[in-house]
Amino acid sequence: MKISILKIIIFSVIIFSLFVFWRGLKINNNYDTKSLIGNKISNFRLIEINDNDQYISEQDLKKNKYTLINFFASWCAPCRAEHKYLLNLSNKNKKIKIIGINFKDKKVNAINFLKDLGNPYNFVGKDTDGKISILFGAYGIPESIIVNNQLIIIKKIIGPIDQTQYNEVLELTQ
Amino acid sequence: MKLKNFSFIIYFLSLVSLHSNNNKTELLEIYKNLRCLVCQGQSIADSNSDFAVTLKLVVQDQINTGKTKDEIYSFLISKYGEWIVYQPTFSKNNLLLWALPYLVFIFGGLVIYIIVRKTKRNKVN
Repeated sequence: MKISILKIIIFSVIIFSLFVFWRGLKINNNYDTKSLIGNKISNFRLIEINDNDQYISEQDLKKNKYTLINFFASWCAPCRAEHKYLLNLSNKNKKIKIIGINFKDKKVNAINFLKDLGNPYNFVGKDTDGKISILFGAYGIPESIIVNNQLIIIKKIIGPIDQTQYNEVLELTQ
Repeated sequence: MKLKNFSFIIYFLSLVSLHSNNNKTELLEIYKNLRCLVCQGQSIADSNSDFAVTLKLVVQDQINTGKTKDEIYSFLISKYGEWIVYQPTFSKNNLLLWALPYLVFIFGGLVIYIIVRKTKRNKVN
């Protein structure tokens, strides 16, 4: 009788451990913030890169059907690679407004970057110390967030926008 | 009189220093519980990455505006998900994680109690 109770306990522990490992294997351990889709963006105040008196807040985004918020910097090579997709998007899709947030960059470099490659942004704000990026849950650049007019995040693109993501954005905002 | 003034200054300075040390300890405690998302297995306290530096600035700002530790954690969880904190919050998904140590503790105690009782009985018999 003693042995059978012990056996049951050992068997239960083994089954339980296997269950925990099985559950563990199913969990995605690669971190991304895509799980935050559906959350609302909170209060922010984004100051224009050239004019300290001009700024936008979350209230301004409510006027757009869709807004793509893109974090970029002149020193970021992948930002150059994705820039053509942002230009295409601003030309092709009038339902979406593009806000650029210049991340930890020198003003003169950012302006030259936009002069050289073109400016797809309806508004370019500055994030000199990176604090604005935390408000949007960004942790690297380039990163893009699409919000609707209720300020709900409907898509997050971590890393540069490529052809596939560009098509997805077009489809989503049609 | 001079000695009195001097003592007062020393007392004031020690109060300021104590307050600043408390603040530093609290900041360090928060930094240690925040995961650096762009580093391998490091908290923001251990990292000098761009992300960690920015996050430290944000935490400092929030402390200066009078936010509590829990308010800062919930703000960052709302932005980055629960992965940002090392110490998970209590939810139905990790109920077992929180409850298991206590259950094992109770079960262990019960086993020890039964063994001791049986040994005692055997000795008496």
